[in-house]
Amino acid sequence: MTTILDVQGLTKTFEMHHLGQSLPAFEDLSFTLHAGEFLLLSGPNGVGKSTLLRTLYRSYLPVAGHLWFHSREGVIDMANAADIDVAHLRRTEIGFVTQFLNARPRVAAEDIVAEPMRLAGYDRQEALEQARHWLAAFGVKPDLWRAYPTTFSGGEQQKVNLARALILPQRMLLLDEPTASLDKGARAALVARLAELKAQGVAMIGVFHHPGDVAALIDREIPLKPKTPIEETADVAL
Amino acid sequence: MSALMKEAPRLVRTQPLMELSGLSKSYGDVRALDDVSARVYPGEVLGIVGESGSGKSTLLRMMNLEESPDTGSYRLDLPELPEDLFALDRFERRMLRARRIGIVYQNPHLGLLMKHSSSGNVAERLLVAGERRFAVLREKAQVALEASEFPIPRMDAPPIELSGGMQQRVQLAKAIALEPAVLLLDEPTTGLDVSVQALVLDTLKRLQQERRITMVLVSHDLGVIRTMADRVMVMRHGRVIEEGLADQVFQDPQHNYTQQLVHAKL
Repeated sequence: MTTILDVQGLTKTFEMHHLGQSLPAFEDLSFTLHAGEFLLLSGPNGVGKSTLLRTLYRSYLPVAGHLWFHSREGVIDMANAADIDVAHLRRTEIGFVTQFLNARPRVAAEDIVAEPMRLAGYDRQEALEQARHWLAAFGVKPDLWRAYPTTFSGGEQQKVNLARALILPQRMLLLDEPTASLDKGARAALVARLAELKAQGVAMIGVFHHPGDVAALIDREIPLKPKTPIEETADVAL
Repeated sequence: MSALMKEAPRLVRTQPLMELSGLSKSYGDVRALDDVSARVYPGEVLGIVGESGSGKSTLLRMMNLEESPDTGSYRLDLPELPEDLFALDRFERRMLRARRIGIVYQNPHLGLLMKHSSSGNVAERLLVAGERRFAVLREKAQVALEASEFPIPRMDAPPIELSGGMQQRVQLAKAIALEPAVLLLDEPTTGLDVSVQALVLDTLKRLQQERRITMVLVSHDLGVIRTMADRVMVMRHGRVIEEGLADQVFQDPQHNYTQQLVHAKL
C-alpha cells in the first residue's frame, strides 16, 4: 500500500497569551494514511477532531511531532515545511472540504467552482464544463450557475463549495463535516463522488456528524479521547 | 517559529522573485526598520500588516526604490539587474520602476497628476518607458483602464473630477500598463466607502488571478489582508514579528501582538 501521510507524535497546544495559559488540543498522535484509504476521526464534541484536520492542513501549527506527506515530488514534513511548499501542496495534492464557502463578491458560482482547475492550468472552457457538471451533480439549478453565491442560501452555498473542493482529484482530502446541512440528493451525490475518488486512490480523513452517511467508505477509525482537564490555576471565589 | 521556518526543508525549488535582506533604517533616533527580511514568490500576494509606525510603508517604499536603507540589500530575480538594486542610481531606479514595478498609493495625489487627463496619467508611464507613438499610447492606456474596470467614456477626465474609487482605478491602470513584475499596493482601499472598497479589491483579485501578478499589499485593515493575501507578514516597531500562510496567521496566530490584533478584529 502506498503511504500518503505518516503522522508521528503530533501535538497541538494553543498558547493564549492574553490568558497566560496553554490550551492543549491533542497530544502525541500517530497514525498512517494510505492511498485509497478512508479514516474517520471520532470522539465527543470538543475533543479536537477539527483541530486535527486543520493541523494536517497547516492552518494550525503543531508544537511537536511530524507530518510526513508523501508528495509526488518527494517526502516532506508538513509540520515544519516552508509556507511556499504548503501553499503549493494545497494547490496540487491536498484538499480541504468544509461546510463553509468563502464566496467572493461578484464571482459567479461556475467560476468559483472552475477556479481550482484554472489554477492547475486547464483552459477556461474545459474548467467551466467540469464546473457545470459538478454543480449539476450536487443539485445546483442551472439558472444559478452564473449568479453570485454570496446571495445563496446556506445549503446552496455548501453545494457550490463541495463542487469546488472535489472538482480536481487530490492525493489527500481532509473532510470537515461536509455532509452537514445537505439535502438528501446532494448528500448522495457527495458520497458517490467520495467513493469514486477513493477508488481512484485518493486518501481521505474526515469528521462527520453522522458517520452513517459514509459508513460504506470507512476503512478505519481514529478515536480521539478527551484529555485531562487543564489544571485549575485558581479557585474563583464568588 | 520564524527561525524554524527559515531552516525548513524545501520541496518546491521556486526562486523568490523579490528578496530583501537585513534592511535597517533609522531616522534620527527612530528605528524605522530593524533587520527586516522579506521574500516574495512569483504569482503570490504577500500581505504586510501592522499599526501606524510599524515600518510597513517604509518597507514598501524601499521595494519601490524610493528610499534606501542604512544597511541591507534588495534583489529582483529579473535579467540584467545588479545583485543589489540599492546600488542603482536615481535614473536607473526610475527606469526600473517605470518598466517593472507598479505602485498604487493610498493617496492618489502621490501617484497621479490630478489635473491631467486620466488617460494621460496612464500614458505617462508608457512615455517614460520609451513609447512615443500617440495612437499606441492611447490604445495601451485604454486597455489598462479597461483592465482596471474604469469607465472608458470618462478616460479623458482628470482624476480631480473623479471619485476616490475611480482615482484608485486610474492609479491601478497606470501601475499595470506595462505589465510589471510586481505590483505594490500601499493601503489601496483605505479611506474608500466600504462598498467601493469591495469593488476595488474585487478588481485586484481578478487581475491577480487572471494575470498571476505578484503583489505586495500593505494595510492596517485585517479584512483587506484576509481577502487578498496568500501569505502574511506582521510588523511592529520596525521588525517582522510573525509570518505565515494567511489562514494560519489568522486562525492560529503565534505572537502575543498578532493574537491581540486578530481577536480585536473578530
